Amino acid sequence: MFKYVIRRLLIAVPVLAGISLVLFTILALAPGDPFEELATNPNVPREVAQALRKQFGLDDPVMVRYVRWFGSMAQGDWGFSFVSRVNVSTLILQRLPTSLFVLGTAQLLGILIALPIGTLSAVRPYSLFDQVATTLAFVGFSLPTFFTGILFILFFSIYLDWLPFIYRADIGAAGWRWWWEHARQAIMPVAVLGLFQGAALTRFVRSAVLEVIRLDYINTARAKGLSERVTVVKHAVRNALIPVVTLVALQIPTIFTGAVITEQIFRVPGIGSLLISSILANDTPVIMAITFVFSGLVVLFNLLADILYGWLDPRITYR
Amino acid sequence: MDERELRTLIDDVKRGRLSRRRFVQTMVGLGLTAPLAGQMLASAGVAQAQTKPAAYKPSKRGGGGALRTLWWQGSTLLNPHFAVGTKDQDGSRIFYEPLAVWDPEGNLVPVLAAEIPSVQNGAVTKDGKSVTWKLKKNVQWHDGKPFTADDVVFNWEYAADPATAATTNGTYKDLKIDKVDSHTVKVTFAKPTPFWADAFVGVRGMIIPKHLFEPFKGAKSREAPANLKPVGTGPYRYVDFKPQDVVRGELNPGYHMPNRPFFDTIEMKGGGDATSAARAVIQTGEVDFAWNLQVEDELLKRMEQGGKGKADITPGGNIEHIQLNNTDPWKEVDGERSSVKTKHPFLADPAVRQALNLLVDRASVQEQIYGRTGIATANFLNEPKRFYSRNTKYEFNVDKANQILESAGWKKGADGIRAKDGVKLKLVYQTSINSLRQKTQAIVKQAAAKAGIEMELKSVTAAVYFSSDVANPDTYTHFYTDIQMYTTTMTQPDPEVFMSQFASWEVASKDNKWQLRNITRWRNEEYDKLFRSAETELDPVKRGALFIKMNDVVIQNIVVIPVVLRPAVAAISNRLKGAEQSGWDSNFWNLENWYREG
Repeated sequence: MFKYVIRRLLIAVPVLAGISLVLFTILALAPGDPFEELATNPNVPREVAQALRKQFGLDDPVMVRYVRWFGSMAQGDWGFSFVSRVNVSTLILQRLPTSLFVLGTAQLLGILIALPIGTLSAVRPYSLFDQVATTLAFVGFSLPTFFTGILFILFFSIYLDWLPFIYRADIGAAGWRWWWEHARQAIMPVAVLGLFQGAALTRFVRSAVLEVIRLDYINTARAKGLSERVTVVKHAVRNALIPVVTLVALQIPTIFTGAVITEQIFRVPGIGSLLISSILANDTPVIMAITFVFSGLVVLFNLLADILYGWLDPRITYR
Repeated sequence: MDERELRTLIDDVKRGRLSRRRFVQTMVGLGLTAPLAGQMLASAGVAQAQTKPAAYKPSKRGGGGALRTLWWQGSTLLNPHFAVGTKDQDGSRIFYEPLAVWDPEGNLVPVLAAEIPSVQNGAVTKDGKSVTWKLKKNVQWHDGKPFTADDVVFNWEYAADPATAATTNGTYKDLKIDKVDSHTVKVTFAKPTPFWADAFVGVRGMIIPKHLFEPFKGAKSREAPANLKPVGTGPYRYVDFKPQDVVRGELNPGYHMPNRPFFDTIEMKGGGDATSAARAVIQTGEVDFAWNLQVEDELLKRMEQGGKGKADITPGGNIEHIQLNNTDPWKEVDGERSSVKTKHPFLADPAVRQALNLLVDRASVQEQIYGRTGIATANFLNEPKRFYSRNTKYEFNVDKANQILESAGWKKGADGIRAKDGVKLKLVYQTSINSLRQKTQAIVKQAAAKAGIEMELKSVTAAVYFSSDVANPDTYTHFYTDIQMYTTTMTQPDPEVFMSQFASWEVASKDNKWQLRNITRWRNEEYDKLFRSAETELDPVKRGALFIKMNDVVIQNIVVIPVVLRPAVAAISNRLKGAEQSGWDSNFWNLENWYREG
């Protein structure tokens, strides 16, 4: 087991290096540069942009820049943003808590919705409840978040005027009011993301439970005279959850990237909105760092899912 | 009324033969606003009337609660000398102040200066080679240190040092600043400079403290801690800054103007999109002020009905215009197309240019596309009003265009496209991807087809089109098409920099990596001469006449076809007072005067 983890981690290193090379090349080939606004401003002498390019090493060939970037990255130096001249690690750390809070809550909400609804649907398949739940789930994951987000804003903020739609990471209040304000502003982004995740997950839970609930050992449990509650919760759901857990683990990096648009709509100062503004500003070091973190997350959670799978299902062994 | 008549009138006021009020009334009768007429008198050497005190009502400092503002792009840094765009300048302006600011009419208003220098008070020398600024006394930095002439001199040293790579470098590099006494500085120019109010004024003139930045002058400029934690003289003190997200400040109890500021805290939030920013101010009232709303006017109007705020539309000089290429974009000479060594096959014919000018239906473009956010105009130079030419007019007339082309020998072929000597009137019309621009393209194309000119529409994504990428042929500076359309911005109330884009030494070409500003590659001796004389003309009235003449030369030769003026649009809550915008300065140019009513 330990050997397996080590081996997987070692394989991850060349994978990540490859990803970073591809990213860097694509960014270098993409049009635009961080000092574009300077170049089009008639009041800024051309020498300024040239001096900045030189100072930040942008005039060197792509390979030289890549090797330099990779070298300092390997030593834990993420570089600094060309646009704000702040260290990239500072920028990311400033935004990580907000992202984690919103995404974590959304994922939790998704699971809380999916588990009971999916299970109930599977226990009574093709009942009215199942039909309604299935329809809603389809609607839920067919509607993209940028659409539901705007719909929520129009309805809850503008029409009803209940909720604010501008997310502020630091609220100038203390005690209960702080909690209240935070909850109020988080409702919409969390709901949009959580419902989307929950919808897809509901379908998955339903089919997983459906597969298990027809098996003989469930009949045995019922025949033993166990109550329906215990049969479903202890015997069926527990076994059905094995693939679900893996799915949730694999989903987490996707949530990070999928939340980019939701963060933009609600002005949530998370990693995603940092990524968008950096892309718009051609701020290579920040884009590199964030996309690299995302790809790191994918690799890490893949490994985690594999390990979890083995832990939940003893039939699987690692070699 | 021409220049001479105007001068006679001004002279009359000077000698007391004509009352000041009478003069202003005459000018208002001519369509000028009263402050502009006042400005004319002031710049011509007639003492300014007592400026009316700004209608600032609060009678004590603070107590206004929180001021919340929204920019759809957040500030990235808070050092005004590194500011890249409006968002950075505005973020810095919360904490830092210049010596003087530009009000909406393009007049100077003192902030850190004790008074505005002028020829009358002797602070501006008659030869235009130096200006002396008297600084306000008893101004303190947020950390309690006094603000003195040393700070002002330091800002010049800091920005003028090429190693600092300050974006304000162009403003300061050719100056010399001397400290006269602890609260007086003298700015000396290398040559007579009519527009002396660039250094230390407006967005490029914010003053940073010497005692915090001195160790970080030059190559180490990136490392200064105060780049992210500003210490200024402004109405609000630094609290928190997260790049591209939020700038927060709190009331500065030692601010140098009485009873100001009104608000206890200020927040400048970034991100999101322009439409929802407008909603947050106008519809829900969640925010008091939102910046630069590039939102269709129809939508703004709908929001304004019964809303909590309104759209504030401020005239400025930014102009959406169509450029006609003077060179041949399809022939390659020495490794570049649109080379000045070539001549455009048919746009070189004045008749074709006149026809095109008649085929752009500006009134419809304004009416159907831009509404209040784009005003049809015949002039390239429109603002400030004292530079506005009344000698030009625009017209939309397909029949006349047909006649002109016909009599110039361009005959319609079997395919309906006009041709002459084997050259067909087929051209490529390029712009950036933007729904407003694509609609404008369609209107022009339709009219052109009626006159036998075929237009192929090309739209390039903005990131490429406006980039300075030397290798990409689709940037606006390469101009590898026959005609193109975009907005040129005018950032100062003085048109010198703005009008330099038609000077022949500014032609963009491969040699200068397409970094110079004359994109149309138009070269004209008369224009060059006018520009050269305006550069050193110290008489403001004569100088104004020179710029008007330059505009007329450009319009008469149809170097470009102006389409619409693009005023700045902000959203302001109905309860927020004093937040009137100036087209010539930061959005926060008078932040200290903002207050809330009701």
